[in-house]
Amino acid sequence: MKNTIETSDRPVTITIPEPEYPLHTLSVLVNNKPGVLARIAQVFSRRGYNIESLVVSPAAEMDFSRMTIGARGEESGLDQIKAQCNKLIDVISCYDHTDDAVVSKELALVKISVGASSRGEALQIAEHFGCKTLDLAPESLVFMVTGDSGKLDAMVGMMQKFGIVELVRTGKVVMTRGNGLT
Amino acid sequence: MNAEPRDGAQTLLKCLEAGGIEVMFGYSGGAALPIFDALETAGTKIKFVLARHEQGATHMADGYARATGKPACVLVTSGPGAGNTITGIMTAHMDSVPMVIISGQQVTWMLGKDAFQEADIFGITMPIVKHSYLVKDAADIPRVTKEAIYLATSGRPGPVLIDMPKNISQGPCDAPLDAEIDLPGYNPEKAYEIDSKDVEAVAAALAKSERPLILAGHGAMLAHAGPELKELAETARIPVCNTLLGKGIFDETHELALGMLGMHGTAYANKAVCEADLIFNIGSRFDDRIIGQPDKFGKNATIIHVDIDPSEMGKMIQPDLKIVGDAKVVLAELNKHIKALPTESWLATLDGYKKRFPLSYKIQGGLKMQHVLDVWDRLTESNSIVATDVGQHQMWSAQFNKSKAPWNWISSGGAGTMGFGFPAAIGAQLGRPDDVVIAVVGDGGFQMTLCELATAVLQKLPLKILVLNNHFLGMVRQWQELFFDNRTSGVDLEGNPDFVKLAEAYGAKGFQIKRPADIEKVLTRALEYTDGPCLINCEVVKEDNVFPMIPAGAALEDMITEKPKHRMEKPTGST
Repeated sequence: MKNTIETSDRPVTITIPEPEYPLHTLSVLVNNKPGVLARIAQVFSRRGYNIESLVVSPAAEMDFSRMTIGARGEESGLDQIKAQCNKLIDVISCYDHTDDAVVSKELALVKISVGASSRGEALQIAEHFGCKTLDLAPESLVFMVTGDSGKLDAMVGMMQKFGIVELVRTGKVVMTRGNGLT
Repeated sequence: MNAEPRDGAQTLLKCLEAGGIEVMFGYSGGAALPIFDALETAGTKIKFVLARHEQGATHMADGYARATGKPACVLVTSGPGAGNTITGIMTAHMDSVPMVIISGQQVTWMLGKDAFQEADIFGITMPIVKHSYLVKDAADIPRVTKEAIYLATSGRPGPVLIDMPKNISQGPCDAPLDAEIDLPGYNPEKAYEIDSKDVEAVAAALAKSERPLILAGHGAMLAHAGPELKELAETARIPVCNTLLGKGIFDETHELALGMLGMHGTAYANKAVCEADLIFNIGSRFDDRIIGQPDKFGKNATIIHVDIDPSEMGKMIQPDLKIVGDAKVVLAELNKHIKALPTESWLATLDGYKKRFPLSYKIQGGLKMQHVLDVWDRLTESNSIVATDVGQHQMWSAQFNKSKAPWNWISSGGAGTMGFGFPAAIGAQLGRPDDVVIAVVGDGGFQMTLCELATAVLQKLPLKILVLNNHFLGMVRQWQELFFDNRTSGVDLEGNPDFVKLAEAYGAKGFQIKRPADIEKVLTRALEYTDGPCLINCEVVKEDNVFPMIPAGAALEDMITEKPKHRMEKPTGST
């Protein structure tokens, strides 16, 4: 199944393929050094895993970075990927949080094509999702929406009718609840 | 407190020496000039050996490490110099060989600008190193050097690359020579902390087994676990087979030894794998060359896997019991729980297989590689260091050159690198000057790195180069005969040089063996010749096949011991 979004003003088509495999979320704590991202990307690509989202940011401790990687691929390969990531000298820890109790958040910027006639409706939907309006122009709106990935999917779905001109998502970040280590 | 001012290159050499590096193999060039200059000015005791090609330098360092257990260093220049080390680094990486590679590099402000002889060797080698560094601050040199040697030699060993821009090696460095290691993500000491419950579970599984089999791999060798392995096998009366790289960790002439298993292993080792009710893998990674068809391997056996590398667990074969740890520590602990097992009838069965399916060859019908290797084994009482190239001769050498002790067998297993054997033998002979070293090579592989004859002659190494010359790429030809209707494509080495004259042109001694009757006489003379390297050209029969054979991807029970009458299907597994 393909979910195709046609926009009226600009010929932008956003195709979201039906995922073949479930999404896994890995949290990797790494040395903040050049080349670390390339080493990790090689582990995924060599084993046929597609990195769907990737967030890299400084970790709480200086010298370390936190990578949150959303990836899809055959279930059987994932243990091997975790082991290979852990084997990298620059990796401090690598956890799969797919089935863990975590808080998970993502942010999206959504630009829709909308004139004066349907602006009110768009703003009403945006309010329902708790979006922030970042830009309001005569022919377009830019919303910021945060939440779990499902909520973002729903918001994007509702905005399709106006014509989505551009879409930027951060990919999700996760943190374990309670005392668990991320 | 500050002694004489140093530059980065002098600091590098002092740190390498402090880290235990004794030998450096390499080839010079512009970006490495400061480091080569430091070899003259730093007052280092490190012996530098000039190879004739960077690939040869890496294989020499590899052979040195496999013969001594100590890491060697490779020193090359940037760009093509570094590029020529790729095959050697990959070979070391596949077989877990410690190695530190220093590559010269363009000056830091020219990186990424396609400057002369600039190559992103840090990026190019990323998938084939254990770790790598691009040094951008001379103050990091002591720490990076110490870490590189530590990483190369600890845990599961491997190659570590240090890319050294010229302005860093040439510029001043006043950092103290001793630096702290800073590797928060690397904890090899965990391999020495074994959970006794895991060991007791293995002991309990062994106690229940009636047909146990030990599979000893390179990891057991790297852990120096020979004595513990021998104690386990002899106390519990368990037969032992070994991988290609495990040759020598358990004396192959021991009554409990079955020799090498796998694609061209002994029939009795492979039959033992098929019939065992327990396979105890100590330090082997269940390579596709030994398991054949993964879902059929040991399907009726309890599989126990001991490996220092957690990522090997379940990679090829899912074990029933596993211990991540150093083989020596695990076996020492396990031996506290071991008693004799009632394996007499199992051992009798295997002895029957040994008698029914011995390794054999026909002396009639021309000069055979097997015959030459067999005589060498007898003359040296299985005590020489054998460094092989890759192909038919390698497999026959593995079969007929029995390994009695560890560190005597040097062969490119995982990578299967042609051109490896001869330079590796040079490294081995430099590391163990008092031992007899033989390079067992084919005419194909030898021609890939034969320029190192100059290196061997200049170093006055008494090593023997046994060229088993069938004027063919024999192993590929064998596959074409068995699986491709004998269409020999791209395997005829017409135009081989006269290897005896070639050796003499380099200043080495040349011998010739053309008939079976000459073998013993010529090999004896070669053994007596110690003034430098000697080459023995053996004009062997052109077409011969290595058996036993398990076609790639087939199950071990599908082993063939002679050429089948019917046409065989092309193998579907591995390569």
